[in-house]
Amino acid sequence: MNPFSSGTRLRDMIRAIRACKTAAEERAVVRKECADIRALINEDDPHDRHRNLAKLMFIHMLGYPTHFGQMECLKLIASPGFPEKRIGYLGLMLLLDERQEVLMLVTNSLKQDLNHSNQYVVGLALCALGNICSAEMARDLAPEVERLIQFRDPNIRKKAALCSTRIIRKVPDLAENFVNAAASLLKEKHHGVLITGVQLCYELCTINDEALEYFRTKCTEGLIKTLRDITNSAYQPEYDVAGITDPFLHIRLLRLLRVLGQGDADASDLMTDILAQVATKTESNKNAGNAVLYECVETIMAIEDTNSLRVLAINILGRFLSNRDNNIRYVALNMLMKAITFDDQAVQRHRVTILECVKDPDASIRKRALELVTLLVNENNVTQLTKELIDYLEISDEDFKEDLSAKICFIVEKFSPEKLWYIDQMLKVLCEAGKFVKDDVWHALIVVISNASELHGYTVRALYKSVLTYSEQETLVRVAVWCIGEYGDLLVNNVGMLGIEDPITVTESDAVDVIEDAITRHNSDSTTKAMALVALLKLSSRFPSISERIKDIIVKQKGSLLLEMQQRAIEYNSIVDRHKNIRSSLVDRMPVLDEATFNVRRAGSFPASVSTMAKPSVSLQNGVEKLPVAPLVDLLDLDSDDIMAAPSPSGTDFLQDLLGVDLGSSSAQYGATQAPKAGTDLLLDILSIGTPSPAQNSTSSIGLLSIADVNNNPSIALDTLSSPAPPHVATTSSTGMFDLLDGLSPSPSKEATNGPAYAPIVAYESSSLKIEFTFSKTPGNLQTTNVQATFTNLSPNTFTDFIFQAAVPKFLQLHLDPASSNTLLASGSGAITQNLRVTNSQQGKKSLVMRMRIGYKLNGKDVLEEGQVSNFPRGL
Amino acid sequence: MIHFVLLVSRQGKVRLTKWYSPYAQKERSKVIRELSGVILNRGPKLCNFVEWRGYKVVYKRYASLYFCMCIDQEDNELEVLEIIHHYVEILDRYFGSVCELDLIFNFHKAYYILDELLIAGELQESSKKTVARIISAQDQLVEVAKEEASSISNIIAQATNR
Repeated sequence: MNPFSSGTRLRDMIRAIRACKTAAEERAVVRKECADIRALINEDDPHDRHRNLAKLMFIHMLGYPTHFGQMECLKLIASPGFPEKRIGYLGLMLLLDERQEVLMLVTNSLKQDLNHSNQYVVGLALCALGNICSAEMARDLAPEVERLIQFRDPNIRKKAALCSTRIIRKVPDLAENFVNAAASLLKEKHHGVLITGVQLCYELCTINDEALEYFRTKCTEGLIKTLRDITNSAYQPEYDVAGITDPFLHIRLLRLLRVLGQGDADASDLMTDILAQVATKTESNKNAGNAVLYECVETIMAIEDTNSLRVLAINILGRFLSNRDNNIRYVALNMLMKAITFDDQAVQRHRVTILECVKDPDASIRKRALELVTLLVNENNVTQLTKELIDYLEISDEDFKEDLSAKICFIVEKFSPEKLWYIDQMLKVLCEAGKFVKDDVWHALIVVISNASELHGYTVRALYKSVLTYSEQETLVRVAVWCIGEYGDLLVNNVGMLGIEDPITVTESDAVDVIEDAITRHNSDSTTKAMALVALLKLSSRFPSISERIKDIIVKQKGSLLLEMQQRAIEYNSIVDRHKNIRSSLVDRMPVLDEATFNVRRAGSFPASVSTMAKPSVSLQNGVEKLPVAPLVDLLDLDSDDIMAAPSPSGTDFLQDLLGVDLGSSSAQYGATQAPKAGTDLLLDILSIGTPSPAQNSTSSIGLLSIADVNNNPSIALDTLSSPAPPHVATTSSTGMFDLLDGLSPSPSKEATNGPAYAPIVAYESSSLKIEFTFSKTPGNLQTTNVQATFTNLSPNTFTDFIFQAAVPKFLQLHLDPASSNTLLASGSGAITQNLRVTNSQQGKKSLVMRMRIGYKLNGKDVLEEGQVSNFPRGL
Repeated sequence: MIHFVLLVSRQGKVRLTKWYSPYAQKERSKVIRELSGVILNRGPKLCNFVEWRGYKVVYKRYASLYFCMCIDQEDNELEVLEIIHHYVEILDRYFGSVCELDLIFNFHKAYYILDELLIAGELQESSKKTVARIISAQDQLVEVAKEEASSISNIIAQATNR
């Protein structure tokens, strides 16, 4: 030991740390050591550097911060001796990674060491460079590494080859510099060099097409010969692994041949013989042999069509699949997924075995097998496979149910032969794994149920029966609650019995029991409770005989801790109480939900799906934002398909959906007996809970309609409601409400109240994109202009990640609302809208001007468009 | 490509980590925690592969130590098992029936050996003999340097004592 050194030795420190009984003790020891090391670093004594860094590496491995040692690595690397350099490079690789800027400081030392006279020093530098170099270092040092590929010592050649793979991964532009050097490595005899050379060629082929072509024409035959030589070589103890000469080299050669053969019939043809030989001759009783076979099968399946070989490959996979070793079965499942694309029949033959794998105790195998089964499903076997999977769902592990149920739902939705079957299977999944089913899946189920009018009775009865047994499955309860609310009458009257059903007797109060259970269960979540409340409102009209009991249940929810529930309970109670004459039409059955639009929406999953409306009824956007706290919106979200289908309808539809009522018809009924104004009154009545004067009740009516801009003086809105000829209807806050009423009271006209109208302009138009602006003014605030931008995609491809940015000069202030979506469908089939608010501080003197930038992804590529808008109407 | 190599003891203590893809310090500890949780809890008869964040982790247990390597989806899992075994055999040869304690007290040696086996997450040498030869040549260099240093420092020490 060095007589000058102070502090503990590495060994002693490790012992001390291992002797610690608690984490706190360990921290104390480490803290003390770190303090010592810091002190020694400050003294800058070269004698201890070596040991300090070793200690730091150990401390680093335990997960403590060691950044203060980074500079020590650099100093050690810069010192002349081999031991210092060795530990310095090790520390560098451990303590730093390519993203730290300190790393740049080492570039110069690396460069010197790459030219060092001692080949082991060169090796250390190559190793460090290969493991952690950044793109900049790769660029700086590439010429050195390229030169070292030709170095006399094989140890350096192989390191340089792998170092090059890292360099070209970081900087693909440099690839072509390495092609010749890499090709020369393929002629080597030394296995290490050959392995790394093949690896480098493989890497080059995957990133550079010219390189691929070069190797294909120049090296294919040589590689085949090399593979043949090692396959046929006699026993070589140095490279033998379980009877196979250098499986690692085998595998790399096969992998390189794969890329060379892929897409090239001639090259594929050349290699068939040797592939057949490897596939038939390789011993498959040890892992090493199987690894080679596995790689060989993969190559056979990737290269150009050679049928006899593929039969061979599929047979190997069949053997793998029946192997008792789990590892082998796992890779077999993995490979069969690829094989399915060219030989579905062959894979189908193993269906039974694969299904067994879905039930394997091993999670990795189960997952693979489940994915494979999903691919195996087609119209012919869907019923059988689904049955098997659902049967297994009953007994599977809890943590596998989520994956399994998701896949079953996917299969059932995709291949369902008929609606009855679909509903049956979905019910089974909901019963077994209802708590794992995603929202869009049960939403889809409700849409399907709603569309299958002949099955309403059957479905609601089936749901009723299941929910009695599986009341803990959240989504099952939700669907059941929804259906009982909608079709409760069919449940009690046994309407629409199918031949397969046993008749059941359900009294009205039984049905209500289910809903009451859902709403009172302590573990029901807010969405379920909210749905149950709506169902109760509906049942109150379907089952007039027990509406008192229903009312009691609703009233109890006035005490709910959820504001939303409280509010709705009060509202619904008042509907039940005071508006018996309109109640039945209010809670009429939902119109059939539009399947097509739901599917489109689900596929595109628009973030804010409702804003195609002219004035995207503020209320809805609010609802979308408040999703977790406003569970009713979920219903709305699902129901507002009508709005999606036709972009024009006013907010009335939204209200209809909310209450599930056809207001148009009801107001018509009333129109017969009352003045046209009655329509408004009717709505007012619904809105005004308890008191006839709406003005005093602003908050609750706002709540019902969920207007976002509560700040914007809601009472004005209500004033406009109560007076048939409103004097100042045109405030922004009222517009949302106004839209709602538009369909009912025709008297106030929007144009008349919107102040001076400005003609819409085309703000921007290119071959692929068109942007239109429409303008409106907020009365009382002439400086502010509301601009609604409508984006239309003129190209035949869908834009994704669409983003619109705008900039204005200093005298303007710009506020951008979120866009209605970030996906812009092709050929103008959908439009995105976005609201902008521009405040012109020099209104009247200067007119608006705006610069904009539009970014989106087209077929995965970023596209950027820019433009300037100077054709704003004057006076804005 | 191998993204990282991880040696964890049965108690979840980290014995060696080597990162070939950039992971920030925080991510590293998260990855280690996550993976050791998954791997240490797997039963003995199950397969040696775990799917994890779109990668595959191949692991194998030797006595009290789990050797894990994280690879890409399309890599050959069976081969990686062989690479792990290859590494273990070299360690065994170097330390003479290696045990966990050898790797704790000589962790740097374990790293040196790994560096002769893998670079940039790819295998560099399939011959155990070659690796052993290169390692011992470098150890030799260190020994020589140490002797020189100690003899010089002895001289200085004697000089200052006088």
